[in-house]
Amino acid sequence: MTADSPVPSPSPSPAAPGLSGAGVEPEILTGSGAIIRSLELLGVTDVFGLPGGAVIPLYDELMTQDAIRHILVRHEQGAGHAAEGYASASNRVGVAIATSGPGATNLVTAIADAYMDSVPIVCITGQVFSTLMGTDAFQEADIVGITMPITKHSFLVKRPEDIPAAIASAHLIASTGRPGPVLVDITKDAQQKKAPFIWPPKLDLPGYRPITKAHGKQVQAAAQLLAESRKPVLYVGGGVIRARASAELLAFAELTGTPVVTTLMARGAFPDSHEQHLGMPGMHGTVSAVLALQEADLIIALGARFDDRVTGKVSEFAPHATIVHVDVDPAEISKIRTADVPIVGDAKDVIADLTVAYATAVKTTTPDISVWWTYLNGLREEFPLGYSEPTDGLLAPQYVIKRIGELTGPEGVYAAGVGQHQMWAAQYIKYERPNSWLNSGGAGTMGYSVPAAMGAKVAEPDRVVWSIDGDGCFQMTNQELATCTINNIPIKVAIINNSSLGMVRQWQTLFYDGRHSFTDLNTGHGSAMVPDFLKLAEAYGALGIRVTSADQVDDAIKLALATNDRPVVIDFIVSRDAMVWPMVPQGVSNSYVQYAKDHAPTWGEE
Amino acid sequence: MTSHVLSLLVEDKPGLLTRVAGLFARRGFNIESLAVGSTEIEGLSRITILVDVEDFPLEQVTKQLNKLINVIKIVELDPSQSVQREHLLVKVRADNTTRSQVLEAVTLFRARVVDVGIDAVVIEVTGDSGKTQALLRVLEPYGIKEIAQSGLVAIGRGSKSITERVYKN
Repeated sequence: MTADSPVPSPSPSPAAPGLSGAGVEPEILTGSGAIIRSLELLGVTDVFGLPGGAVIPLYDELMTQDAIRHILVRHEQGAGHAAEGYASASNRVGVAIATSGPGATNLVTAIADAYMDSVPIVCITGQVFSTLMGTDAFQEADIVGITMPITKHSFLVKRPEDIPAAIASAHLIASTGRPGPVLVDITKDAQQKKAPFIWPPKLDLPGYRPITKAHGKQVQAAAQLLAESRKPVLYVGGGVIRARASAELLAFAELTGTPVVTTLMARGAFPDSHEQHLGMPGMHGTVSAVLALQEADLIIALGARFDDRVTGKVSEFAPHATIVHVDVDPAEISKIRTADVPIVGDAKDVIADLTVAYATAVKTTTPDISVWWTYLNGLREEFPLGYSEPTDGLLAPQYVIKRIGELTGPEGVYAAGVGQHQMWAAQYIKYERPNSWLNSGGAGTMGYSVPAAMGAKVAEPDRVVWSIDGDGCFQMTNQELATCTINNIPIKVAIINNSSLGMVRQWQTLFYDGRHSFTDLNTGHGSAMVPDFLKLAEAYGALGIRVTSADQVDDAIKLALATNDRPVVIDFIVSRDAMVWPMVPQGVSNSYVQYAKDHAPTWGEE
Repeated sequence: MTSHVLSLLVEDKPGLLTRVAGLFARRGFNIESLAVGSTEIEGLSRITILVDVEDFPLEQVTKQLNKLINVIKIVELDPSQSVQREHLLVKVRADNTTRSQVLEAVTLFRARVVDVGIDAVVIEVTGDSGKTQALLRVLEPYGIKEIAQSGLVAIGRGSKSITERVYKN
């Protein structure tokens, strides 16, 4: 992936002479000034953060400039997820700032989340004075050590002159190769002391050489396999979105006529309306997408990582398939499933190369996948996505989410929390473009949605941004509504309020004899309704709307879409008995996909 | 399980060892021995890791190590294509009645006595782990009081060097 903003080259280059070549001495800046100037020169225009003792010098400098908009969050986790949402919606690097100790540890969940989902963010944390480090000083935490397993890389900076290179390196590492979070921990004395500001800095990263261009031979081998295949599938993962390869994917898919499935992280990478799109594979995927992978003779994985939620029981996953695995990260290839044709490279380049190679391959080989399509179309027809109306007379959550998508349209941005509502939002909103669907796929972080939506709205202020949240998730990070109201970030929050931790409840219903242990949240129908989400919305200065019946749904959504002077919170009181279907129970083969409760398709008639 | 010797050329940066060791722990691999030292190039260190692991997970751990920004190069050193040595200091009980036998073992193993006390000697030996383990077995009956052992260090045979391979690329 390439960055939009100007970044120095990763290869060692001679230090630029600053401005001294022109006879002007380089400007002397404080370390804090250097942080901000570096961010500015890297093209950063927005940062999310919250000050504290160890970053007061940085905040003092922030106040004296207007190149970078700082958004004061109410909790550092919010800053982290906002940076993620910002990056995921716009493909630009998200930036979060926190102070030392607890400020920094509050970022940890968001950093872990960004690591799992390969989100390019830079987290800047203050550290105690370098002379106090290691003494258990006030608000001291070894945040570099704490985050080592969940960052792509990290820097500890103790000298002001090292700041420009650290910030530029962090930005480069975060946004290139397989993107990910990079932490820059800067001591308070490094922020206070002064040094000449030299730009561009010399980046010394001899061990960082992301591979982007793939081997031609492997690409040809893959194209030949595709031409010969009778049952091929393109297994599209989030890497296609990070690599901005949707246009290339569309061209490749249309040239080859291959069925396409898009994972949870890849929703929107390929238009849902496209006839070759079978939907999402995995635990809650469509029957056709799940079985297409399972029964394929060739799987071309593009920026996907064979997550256990996609494969089901790995040893029984796609037993007859030859695997072509394209990924920018060599470590993903053959990590879970051995690749027959490994291709290390950037999805954008590789897909374009594959398209060319396929055009050559079909000159000598005549592809025929018509029988395969007949079979898959039959599955699609027999097992379309669908839901039944709840028997308790309450709203169907799927209906609510579907209407949000239909009334808002594909230009909107949808950020989900984690759980049932996330799956329904992945299933029932129709995505037509990349970066329109944001969620916590790998880490499964409850509380992601509201701050991520906030970040997305900052990055893409002209788009409608929805937070599709659950009543459980919403209670974890709703404090950022204050940030949204104060900073004029009018996001729209749809709480799919089933009064419970719904996904856990679903598993308890299905696999634990209906023993609903501690999953009742008392926020919805027939409960004490604590907290009252309407009052909460109003307390935050947001427009609060409550919806309890199907006939109110459209009006509420339309009112939300028409309200742009403040955030909107719609409390959709839905049935708690609704479940996410289809489902592949954990630990079994995908062949056991259930269309609805106790209803498995008659699969495998080959 | 089989033992593999990995030689890592790394930038000498704070926390580097934690990154490497942490990765092994996180991915569930057991480090048998580890040795770190400087190289002929300033700012670069070399880590030699002896790891007991099957071939397939070894490939995975190598790929993961390669992703660490401060890791520049990784090679696996085949025992037949490399020189592999560990260094052992062992304190053995040796009084007037046993000292000559102990010294005989020292000679046989081409080891050296580096300290002598009234009832003990300190022996230094360098070799592959087969040799050092054999010496320990021979000394065991006399009473081993203390052992200090280095991690394995290894270097490829022939004229090529690990740094050369990096900087030619």
